[in-house]
Amino acid sequence: MIEAELSRSVQRWCNGATGVTGAAKLSGGASQETWRFDIVHPDGPIGAILRRSPKGYGAAPTRAAGLAAEAELMQLAFEAGVPSPRVMHVLTPDEDLGTGFIMQRVEGETIARKILRDDEFAAARPILARQIGGVLAGLHKLPQGKLPALRSRGATQEISEFERDYRSLNWPKPVFELALRWLRDHDPGPSAETTLVHGDFRNGNLIIGADGVRAVLDWELAHLGDPMEDLGWVCVNSWRFGEIDKPVGGFGSREDLFAGYEAAGRKCDPARVKFWEVMGTLRWGIMCGGMMQRFREGPDHSMERAMIGRRASETEIDLLRLLAPRGG
Amino acid sequence: MQDEPSPIELAKAVADFLRNDISPLISGHQAFKLRVAINILDLVTRQLTQEQGSDAAEVERLRTLLGVDGSVTDLNRALAERIARGEVDLATPGLAEHLWRTTMDKLAVDQPNYASYKRELGRGG
Repeated sequence: MIEAELSRSVQRWCNGATGVTGAAKLSGGASQETWRFDIVHPDGPIGAILRRSPKGYGAAPTRAAGLAAEAELMQLAFEAGVPSPRVMHVLTPDEDLGTGFIMQRVEGETIARKILRDDEFAAARPILARQIGGVLAGLHKLPQGKLPALRSRGATQEISEFERDYRSLNWPKPVFELALRWLRDHDPGPSAETTLVHGDFRNGNLIIGADGVRAVLDWELAHLGDPMEDLGWVCVNSWRFGEIDKPVGGFGSREDLFAGYEAAGRKCDPARVKFWEVMGTLRWGIMCGGMMQRFREGPDHSMERAMIGRRASETEIDLLRLLAPRGG
Repeated sequence: MQDEPSPIELAKAVADFLRNDISPLISGHQAFKLRVAINILDLVTRQLTQEQGSDAAEVERLRTLLGVDGSVTDLNRALAERIARGEVDLATPGLAEHLWRTTMDKLAVDQPNYASYKRELGRGG
């Protein structure tokens, strides 16, 4: 049972801790798991989260930064005042917990539909687009000299990678072809400035409270690249969860996002943001195709995975709305 | 010729049973999985109802657009290749209309509640 290993672990690095309770798996694929638990402490319980690759799953997928890098980035973000959980401990091999880290548990909501509909977040919603601009600016300002080793990706390389992923699916989709052509024709080339890019900054990967953004999660796709990529991805329609007239995560306008970003001392490039929004829409569509492939060939023969394959058409209509909008 | 009831009627009967008789009995993760299962049966029913008509219309449009004949799969592959080679693009008469019609027909089966789809339906389908 994982509680025994966690108890031994916390007693080594958390002064006064006597054990853990309430360990429960929140999510988990084959290679990565997230657990919640409480550290038992004389001053009261301490909420914690374990993020790990179980033993035997050390190798990260090619696009992922790896859990060690994720821990470093979250800690850097925390120290720079970007809303992020404090990293409490990086796992060591003798703890028998696999590779990964333990962080402070931040209370709040991550389920996008609740954030967009529940009364609890009514006061936060109108301020979120601007606040997200500020958070992204802070993230893009993290000092590059302190960053862990990360892959570097510009627009041109990304188009080629997505094209390769799409062709490997052998899944001819005229709308995706049109999007690939559009991306090649509108490739903005290398950005004037390369920064840390979160890579999956969107509604669903943010912990939101009544006061707004409390933490940025899921740094596994972090890389170096065009900062406008994050601004485009957060606007992809798939992350608006039905609030299609509020491009920034279903919360608010691009103007608010840009204003928050620029108020924090950084410049926006709306044409690049649009490019990355189109790229992001195609990216999610191709990922839906990947899910279909894994459903067919892989060990995960679940209904959920099968149905995600059928969501590729959502990205096709969104690509048409971006590239060939109809009047009215 | 196969006997009746038709696959559409059979799939609907199963979906209705799961929705009306089983859903109220379960909760938690199993209830979530059951909703996914019912959604799948509903999708299958929509596809069985609509596919024949939408595929036939799609083939007609593709024949006109490409000037060749073939199955709906072959013709889609041919169109994809022509777009990839730059021989056909949004300036080509009929392409945008074809892609819109085809995509709307797909959403009608896959996700008729998707907000972008509902918005575009309001523009006249």
